[in-house]
Amino acid sequence: MRWIDYANPTRFLGLSATLLPWIAAATGLTFAVGLWLVFFVAPADYQQGETVKIMYIHVPFSWLSMFCYMTMAGSAFGTLVWRHPLADVSAKCAAPIGAAFTFLALATGSLWGKPMWGTWWVWDARLTSVLVLFIMYLGLIALQETIEDPARAAKAGAILTLVGVVNIPIIKFSVDWWNTLHQPASVFRAGGSTIAASMLVPLLVMAAAFTGLFVVLHLMSMRNEILRRRIRAMRMIEAAGAE
Amino acid sequence: MLGNHGGFILAAYGIAVTVILVLFVWIVVDGRSQRRQLADLEARGVRRRSARPSEGGRE
Repeated sequence: MRWIDYANPTRFLGLSATLLPWIAAATGLTFAVGLWLVFFVAPADYQQGETVKIMYIHVPFSWLSMFCYMTMAGSAFGTLVWRHPLADVSAKCAAPIGAAFTFLALATGSLWGKPMWGTWWVWDARLTSVLVLFIMYLGLIALQETIEDPARAAKAGAILTLVGVVNIPIIKFSVDWWNTLHQPASVFRAGGSTIAASMLVPLLVMAAAFTGLFVVLHLMSMRNEILRRRIRAMRMIEAAGAE
Repeated sequence: MLGNHGGFILAAYGIAVTVILVLFVWIVVDGRSQRRQLADLEARGVRRRSARPSEGGRE
């Protein structure tokens, strides 16, 4: 069997049912290790003190807000080019999860900014571009819910998603292109990370845990959406039979 | 243990746990609802075209 054969919704349901408990268990274990490192091993920052503990959730939420959008963009490409049966399901189900992670990136950033910067919010390029990403997620969810025909909703959503990809490099490089209150990149940057290993390791473990959480939530949500489409198809058959 | 800004740290972790729990519960409840509706339709004898025996029982 080729890997592409798993694109069949029924095969996907079978495979995801097998994999989900293992991925969920690995995610739970990674969270346990990550939280232990954050609260009992990682040192306080010499300037920020213990407030740096917010970094271990804020940064993964920020990364995942963009990762989730790129997952949607890849799915949107699959919807438009190959009309892949699961591509639209993937894009639609990633949107609420991406919106939640982006909201959490903004909220935890605000809670970190107040004690460190002295303000909850500034209209600098990084914060504003992430707010635009959050609004785009909400717009995509609204679009999917507004159009009744799933095929039309998928096509419109895919086009809007691909147009919105332009915001991702703006978010990533906003701290380099403009003067921002937000600090520049300190992990994925030319010349290597500037964070000490004692803080980088817990950060990467937490990022892996949140990525696992995204995969679990996404797979669960995709399974629900496949069932929802089956129910819709069966109701149409039932209605046609009753005429 | 959490220093002078413990309230901000606890609020950040608290809001993260709350939002993730709400999202998780919403997905679980939605899944149960879909499975219940599917079972109801199957109990009424409604079958998808691809699941009909006349077509070889293929999915």
